[in-house]
Amino acid sequence: MSLTNERIQQRLTEKFGDVLTGFEEPFGLLTLTAQKDYNLKVMQFLFDDEELRFRFLTDITAVHYPDRKNEELAVVYHLHNLQDNIRLRLKVFTPVAKPDVFTATQLYASANWMERETYDFYGINFVGHPNLIRVLNVDEMTYFPMRKEFPLEDSMRIDKDDEMFGRGGNL
Amino acid sequence: MLDQKQHIKLPEGSIEKDTTTLNLGPTHPATHGVFQNILEIDGERIVSAVSTVGYIHRAFEKIAERRPYYQITPLTDRLNYCSAPINNMGWLLTVEKLLGIETPKRVDYLRVIIMELARIADHLICSSVMGVDTGALTGFVYVMTYRELIYEIYEEICGSRLTTNIGRIGGFERNFTPAAFAKIERFLNEYPAVLKEFETLLTRNRIFMERTQGVGAITAERALSYGFTGPNLRAAGVDYDVRVANPYSSYQDFDFSIPVGTTGDSYDRFQVRNAEMWESLSIIRQAMDKVKSLPADVFHADVPAYYLPEKQDVYTKMEALIYHFKIVMGEADMLPGEVYNAVEGANGELGFYLISDGGRSPYRLHFRRPCFIYYQAYAELVQGSMLSDAIVCMSSLNLIAGELDA
Repeated sequence: MSLTNERIQQRLTEKFGDVLTGFEEPFGLLTLTAQKDYNLKVMQFLFDDEELRFRFLTDITAVHYPDRKNEELAVVYHLHNLQDNIRLRLKVFTPVAKPDVFTATQLYASANWMERETYDFYGINFVGHPNLIRVLNVDEMTYFPMRKEFPLEDSMRIDKDDEMFGRGGNL
Repeated sequence: MLDQKQHIKLPEGSIEKDTTTLNLGPTHPATHGVFQNILEIDGERIVSAVSTVGYIHRAFEKIAERRPYYQITPLTDRLNYCSAPINNMGWLLTVEKLLGIETPKRVDYLRVIIMELARIADHLICSSVMGVDTGALTGFVYVMTYRELIYEIYEEICGSRLTTNIGRIGGFERNFTPAAFAKIERFLNEYPAVLKEFETLLTRNRIFMERTQGVGAITAERALSYGFTGPNLRAAGVDYDVRVANPYSSYQDFDFSIPVGTTGDSYDRFQVRNAEMWESLSIIRQAMDKVKSLPADVFHADVPAYYLPEKQDVYTKMEALIYHFKIVMGEADMLPGEVYNAVEGANGELGFYLISDGGRSPYRLHFRRPCFIYYQAYAELVQGSMLSDAIVCMSSLNLIAGELDA
């Protein structure tokens, strides 16, 4: 029997209950949000469970939402069950003031550099990571460049007024 | 007279220790790209390795947050620049998925032709460079003629060779010319003999086998844990291929098999890549046959809001002028959404994680670069092996600096 999104959701809610929220399926990919302290427990369960078998880590990345109070940074995991060929997206939100998230390096060897990259660009502190240093940027860098407070272009430019395109406001 | 005093300051304990520290790279000719490995060697044997990456990091993800969607395609060229069309297609397919655009079959098949040509060009380099690193330059120089022919085909289709910017949202910028088809036919006719000859140079060559068998081997379990995909994972015996697992661009219409290896060493990676080139040739041939039976003037989907209109229409028709203006100014209406789309790149699953808030540029775009993910296994792969094996192992992994650093 092939695994379905409904079945995964059912198994996860049985096990974790209120810890997991925000179940949705954008473009058929099951997406869910876990409470910050539970990211590793959820991933461990997804990995160990004989039915779910999410044993391939496709990707780790982060997203910055400056407007969300106390959950400015989202860490996004893409997991893959290769046997049943089904993917899952797990999100964890963390405040930008204290961006501590547990590391997944014990589960997946590939998480090492992915987490270093996420730290490098967003400053997520992966608790328990064996070697959390910058990977792509120079070691001397003192900020986390992918955060939204670092715009790419001069925001004082006036030749790109969004009012001209019916959008209004400062985009 | 030279001063007898020692001027070079060495780190504490570096004279007394038993091992030697060796910097392999970042500009070593044998690393084929900007990679640095700080090796701790005992004679010829590697005790440990530390990899440093990021020498050509260009912040594409950040740049993409200020660019309209059609201007991101040229950024993707510069990821894996040995097979730029696959990156382009991967990005365009992601945007099309977000917008819900259905492309006509002919567009899908033409894209398959281009992607498979790119896969051949990429594998060709990797396999022949393995020959170079083991001391056989002949094969490399020989097959280079046919990479040139593939680049001529790109040129015929999109006007450029290495960084192609091929395709547009919804299809291609222009139809394939008869000259392009003629060149693809020529490639299909001539290349099999060349590939066969190339294989006879190396596949059962005693020196090549001794140099590559058992070198840089990885078990299927470790390979999966390290996030290997593509030929490197398949060489370890796992038959995961995005083209089959989650078909895109009508790959389900084609009949092809996925070659797998058993030992996961450099020799198996070489064999898997060569076998994949034969499969790619077969796919291109099938696609050429399919294209012949379809209306020859279709080369893009009918999506006027995202696909640039004909120039004469821009001058004569109101709607065309509006769309033209909106697309060029990057003001085409984008839908909000969150999408992950993966294609089988030449060296693994190339993923695009795109979050759109409906604005002119992506809110967040992340590239899942296969090179970056599997390169972290390199230290483990070369530990305990000879220095010269580390070079072969690196070229057999097919590391592309542009994709590694993004």
